Amino acid sequence: MHEMGIANSVLDAVRTEVARYPGTYAAKVCVRIGEVAAVDQDAFRFCFEAMTRDTDLESLELEIEFCPRRHRCTLCAQEFVVRDYEVRCPQCASLDTACISGDELELAYLEVEEYGASPAGTKSTQ
Amino acid sequence: MERVLLERKVLSENDHIAAELRNRFQEHGVLCLNIISSPGSGKTSLLERTLERLPRNERVAVLTGDIQTDNDAARLRRFHFPVKQITTGGTCHLDARMIERHLSDWRIEDLDLLLIENVGNLVCPSSYDLGEAAKIVLLSVTEGEDKPLKYPSIFFKSDLLIVTKTDLLPYVPFDIEAAAENARRVHPGMEVVKLSSLTGSGLDEWLTWLTQRRRTVRSLSPVG
Repeated sequence: MHEMGIANSVLDAVRTEVARYPGTYAAKVCVRIGEVAAVDQDAFRFCFEAMTRDTDLESLELEIEFCPRRHRCTLCAQEFVVRDYEVRCPQCASLDTACISGDELELAYLEVEEYGASPAGTKSTQ
Repeated sequence: MERVLLERKVLSENDHIAAELRNRFQEHGVLCLNIISSPGSGKTSLLERTLERLPRNERVAVLTGDIQTDNDAARLRRFHFPVKQITTGGTCHLDARMIERHLSDWRIEDLDLLLIENVGNLVCPSSYDLGEAAKIVLLSVTEGEDKPLKYPSIFFKSDLLIVTKTDLLPYVPFDIEAAAENARRVHPGMEVVKLSSLTGSGLDEWLTWLTQRRRTVRSLSPVG
């Protein structure tokens, strides 16, 4: 259950980043989570929502970009998604393939909105 | 609405500290190993048997993590190597800052081998780089042989699987070859050592692995 700590790191990064854009608030953050990153998406979302409720980041939306495990064949350069742990190259059947994606735990982007620009206009600076 | 690209790791602060630790270990030829398993798989017992076999003049130190108590450190101190308990007070894994803090009054250059026993947990420790040269995962024969498939991340990221408590094999329906095969499905080519800390069977193979790794690290270090 380290999702709380991860959510905390994400929110720290969001706060630091949004402070660089005066007059705006953080509207949405996108976090990339790999298949073998050992982070449970539901638990992470639960922690994220619990930690933003009734705070300055209450209106922050979370987007999770799931990254499947992908390998590249060392022999024929074919790239493929590993399903059911099958790491054999689907093109040349080589087992000499290397992981190129799937253990991401990354901040992809942040969307900042100017105060008052939102159609809902519900955000106050208080 | 403006989109700001961040493109960095969520745990970049941890990774930054871990990278500094790794540089220091490499610079001084220290082999650092991060030992991970479920609670009760035999990490501390394996360390006891390992320390027991090492000559007293070896430059070895141990950091052992638990949520509470320093029981493990007390067990390991009997072998006269420096041992420090890291009590996380609730956190389910060690992070790089804890390692940095607990190393602060040891001289890294006085060490050749640093063994880190992580908190018993097969999930969370796999996300936190501690600056180690390799992760080692333990799986005891009283657990399921499908554990590598259920908890792929740690098996994916570990260099070595140690199957422990093999003395219990006659009494439990554990298919040790299936366990190794499952680990290799997640991590092709993964090295597997089977041992019993109780009887000592298989310990030599583990100590050989350790010796080879220590030799590799020393040969890559600028201090030789």
